[in-house]
Amino acid sequence: MHIGIDVGGTNTDAVLMEGATTLAGVKHSTTPDVTTGIVQAIEALRAQHAFTGPEIRAVMIGTTHFINALVQAKRLAPTAALRLGLPATRSLPPMIDWPQPLVEALSARTYLAHGGYEFDGRPISPLDPEELRTHARDMLAHGIRSVAISSVFSPVNHDLEVRAAEIVRAVFAEGGPDGPTDVAVSLSHEIGRIGLLERENATIINAALSELAGEIVDGLTAAARAQGITAPIYLSQNDGTLMDEGFVRSYPVATFASGPTNSMRGAAVTSGLTTCAVVDVGGTTADVGLLVGGFPRETAGEVKVAGVRTNFRMPDVLSIGIGGGSLVDLDTGEVGPESVGYRLTTEALVFGGSTLTATDIAVAAGRADIGDATKVAHLDPVFVQKVLARIAERVAEAVDRMRTSPDPIPVVAVGGGSILLPDELPIFGRVHRPENYSVANAIGASIAQVGGEIDKIIAIEPSRRQETIAAVKQEAVEKAVAAGARAETVDIVDFDEVPIPYLPGNATRIRVKAVGDLEMDAR
Amino acid sequence: MTWSIGPDAIDDLARGAAVLGTGGGGDPYIGALLARRAIAEHGEVTAVGLDELPDDALVITVAMMGAPTVMVEKLPTLESIIDPVRAIGAYLGRPVTHLACAEIGGVNSTIPIAAAAVLGLPLLDADGMGRAFPELQMVLPTLSGISASPLGFADEKGNVGVLQTIDNSWVERIARVAAVEMGCSVMICGFAMSGAQARESLVRDSLRRCIGLGSGIARARTDKLDPVTRVVELLGGRELFTGKVVDVQRATTAGFARGTATLQAVGAGDDRDLTLAFQNEHLIASLGDGVSGDEVLVTTPDLIVVLEHDTGEPITTEGLRYGQRVRVVAAPSDPRWHSPAALAMVGPGYFGYDVPARRFDGTTAEGVSVTGVPAVTA
Repeated sequence: MHIGIDVGGTNTDAVLMEGATTLAGVKHSTTPDVTTGIVQAIEALRAQHAFTGPEIRAVMIGTTHFINALVQAKRLAPTAALRLGLPATRSLPPMIDWPQPLVEALSARTYLAHGGYEFDGRPISPLDPEELRTHARDMLAHGIRSVAISSVFSPVNHDLEVRAAEIVRAVFAEGGPDGPTDVAVSLSHEIGRIGLLERENATIINAALSELAGEIVDGLTAAARAQGITAPIYLSQNDGTLMDEGFVRSYPVATFASGPTNSMRGAAVTSGLTTCAVVDVGGTTADVGLLVGGFPRETAGEVKVAGVRTNFRMPDVLSIGIGGGSLVDLDTGEVGPESVGYRLTTEALVFGGSTLTATDIAVAAGRADIGDATKVAHLDPVFVQKVLARIAERVAEAVDRMRTSPDPIPVVAVGGGSILLPDELPIFGRVHRPENYSVANAIGASIAQVGGEIDKIIAIEPSRRQETIAAVKQEAVEKAVAAGARAETVDIVDFDEVPIPYLPGNATRIRVKAVGDLEMDAR
Repeated sequence: MTWSIGPDAIDDLARGAAVLGTGGGGDPYIGALLARRAIAEHGEVTAVGLDELPDDALVITVAMMGAPTVMVEKLPTLESIIDPVRAIGAYLGRPVTHLACAEIGGVNSTIPIAAAAVLGLPLLDADGMGRAFPELQMVLPTLSGISASPLGFADEKGNVGVLQTIDNSWVERIARVAAVEMGCSVMICGFAMSGAQARESLVRDSLRRCIGLGSGIARARTDKLDPVTRVVELLGGRELFTGKVVDVQRATTAGFARGTATLQAVGAGDDRDLTLAFQNEHLIASLGDGVSGDEVLVTTPDLIVVLEHDTGEPITTEGLRYGQRVRVVAAPSDPRWHSPAALAMVGPGYFGYDVPARRFDGTTAEGVSVTGVPAVTA
């Protein structure tokens, strides 16, 4: 058995799983200290379906904790950004485009040093160890406790980031007047993709969260141990794969978008579909995402987090303003984007309120049995059908926008607002409605797979294209195995090859992602 | 008219430049950061209209040459932007008095602002194209007989060169090789000209036009008006097509990103697909499923702009992907681009397409309307 937990802003959902079977599922309020809510959720699971601590083989947790800490600028470590690339890049130093309050919340210091590579792997300038030692001593003197290291074109060659980290660690190990000092180091090539500023930003955010990551992991572990659970704890990442405790301590930033990801992955496992569109309908919006081979498709471009431009691996989600609480225009039949939100249970007609909402329309059409149906009996059936048809049309269009080819794709609906959707959608046909949709998040968190990703620019000789690509794929597979995947289960789930303009020698940017089942017993 | 370019104008200018980049020209984000940084450190930039330019001015165009993909990783330095200008001044034996944009599309709209701020030189409200093109010699001054060389070029390591060539095509050939060797992202300046020559050969008011486009899109959204219609009005063009991207094919040929995008019509009207052929920038828009044997609607040198359906945000050729709802706008380029000499340099034939040049309104360069496509006057 294993346990999946999704800690959202409002609810902490938890499920007890036996393989892909849901034995128990609970919804609980999220507590301010997070771990109390988790302890209570685990106890509620045990009340539904008895288990002993040793029977639990793994606990998988999805949490929005780290992104909330960043947005609220709370409990962030004093962080230094060290960039290797001089004399290049010096006019746009680290954190150039950051919101000032966040820079202050990090007590941030930025440093530029020699190093970095050209696009083809030639050095820009050699690393200068003494320059790095001087920077590190300055960090030490200013109370820095976490360091983000970025180097130009480190996705092509990351040697210099690794060497710079050794030098920084050595200086902190010597320490100042008070002796050796602990320092956390985050390396950009392990965090982001090509695009120096965005990758560096993601790395700085990661570094700033490093201390909190340690505390959270300790707290979660203690909560599980208090329940007699000795199994390892995993957190889910943006891309739906898992990371172990050690990985979370090093890469907290990888949890940032796990919320929508878990919801989509849960929809997949409960519906039995691995390639599908998922429509998660809440009170205010319908969020549409795409699962390919069981994993969410990711955004191609930059994503802003707390006002900072980054290139995290994030699920690509299209939100449209249609939810259970959306206002309905009596004249046009148009729905949203205004919503009564959490006041649905007092303002909607079926709850005795005076606002016509999408939920009222669903009840009037007989799609849902919520509140007092007599309060919407007066609605013109032609109007009701018109509104529902409009919702179906807009959701279908959103799904169509998200899909990557004209091939047919099944649609899975989850979330409380999914009653607004018809059984048949225009273009796409039947809508799949899985059973445990209300705890789909926690089920999504519980899915035990791990992955590895490579993103680099390679000069491909035309005659050696196949073997070059094969070598990069192998590299991704090895990365997944290193992350804890069972080797024989690892597959390539994503591959992207983009030729780069103006570069000679068929320079091509290649992105590969490999994923496999978690090796549960080896840990 | 003389006016001042402050930090607040940069976002609008960058968005407008992405429109005029017609799918190419690179991501203006890094250029905008550099311009803001330079203005913050050195003060606002004075923009000068062509009519205020003294006849004996020494004008030079400033640009980045290389791969935009490299620029997002190996960020340019302000020093590398001004090094070529200083080198040219030294080579010519007199100081440069005014800077200008070689192209107004994409990242090269903001690089000259950074240069002007750092050097404390005025920037002409003008540029060499009125749009973006992929090769160095593809500017109107080439047609006026102005030499691209001496061409100054520099990298961030401090390597600086001045190139003197026999014609403007040789500048492109030699500088491109040097740019690759120097790390594929260099800063260049060239096309030294007098004030009188600048008035004759540059596109006037292009900075203000660019800022107007960018702010027009933003304001239309705020006012709940259709941003695409606003773009059509501002460019004096026409909306060519509304559809969905259903296929994008890309390949690198001779160092350029060439490809085609297929758009499927949405709504009433012609049910044929629109095919866009691009080499960094969009070059040809035709109805049907390929370039040959189809109905060619518009070709280079006129502007073919792809905008996001609702927001009017410009989409680059690298950013095109399946499922996007887009609208395609065609707009006139500077009339000088339609002379026979200009068409030989930037017309469809130069890019390897065996089709006659077609204006944004469906007419040919001689003003003849093409069958089936109504001529529209702006």
